[in-house]
Amino acid sequence: MLIPHPILGPRDAQEFTYLGPATLLDRPDGMAEGAGQAMFDYLYPRDNPAGPHRELWYHEQGDRSWLIVTRDTVTHEITGAELVKP
Amino acid sequence: MAELIATHPFDGILPIRHGNCAAAPFQPDAITSVAPYPGQEAAVSAALKDRIGAPFPAPGRSTTGADGSLAAWSGLDQCFVFGPALDAIDGAAVTDQSDAWAGIEIVGEDAREVLARLSPLDLRPGVFEPGHTARSLIGHMPALIMRTGDAVYLLLVFRSMAATAAHEIETAMKGVAARASLAT
Repeated sequence: MLIPHPILGPRDAQEFTYLGPATLLDRPDGMAEGAGQAMFDYLYPRDNPAGPHRELWYHEQGDRSWLIVTRDTVTHEITGAELVKP
Repeated sequence: MAELIATHPFDGILPIRHGNCAAAPFQPDAITSVAPYPGQEAAVSAALKDRIGAPFPAPGRSTTGADGSLAAWSGLDQCFVFGPALDAIDGAAVTDQSDAWAGIEIVGEDAREVLARLSPLDLRPGVFEPGHTARSLIGHMPALIMRTGDAVYLLLVFRSMAATAAHEIETAMKGVAARASLAT
């Protein structure tokens, strides 16, 4: 499988490690009101879509960038990849 | 006071030659990592051009300085400079990496075939051209891979993996040479 890296071009998936859905970037404030429920919602209930999925890939054996890759979980077709902005 | 004797990671291991390929140690005076702080990219590139005669390289590229220094992109907002040691540059983290890496130069008509056995990179001549550089894998080892000429590739691996890298490369060179000898 090839990941279309936005600045380096197509790179082999073996250079990457997979983390999970891109929603993991939106970590709730652990000190805020209702943080317990927010953290539960963030951590445990997971969607399991059959179709397009935005997910985090780490270019570990490469330039060490994090990407948000849009992949169809049914066909494995990759329709986009963007750098995670710091 | 004890007199310390510097040893190169490939002493007694390289050079080697199989078929039409040769692998030899690559020993620049120093390897310096230059990592501009956020917003300082242009200033650091200008300072680097002043210092070695080459600007900060674009992603996946390298630049060559007037004094023969090579600046190779080595990751997001980071490049390695091979050549004389660099002093501090304002607006960038500049660190000496000389003893952390082991460099190998592979030269020969089939150098690309040898690398293709070890790396997942697309090495076709029109894709990975002279002056291109990539962080990728050699076998299971993280590596910085540079193409510095038509049939010249520079590899950098962590120094602790030098002997393994040389072994992997020698195995690949023997395989390519054996395959070539069958072709006649």
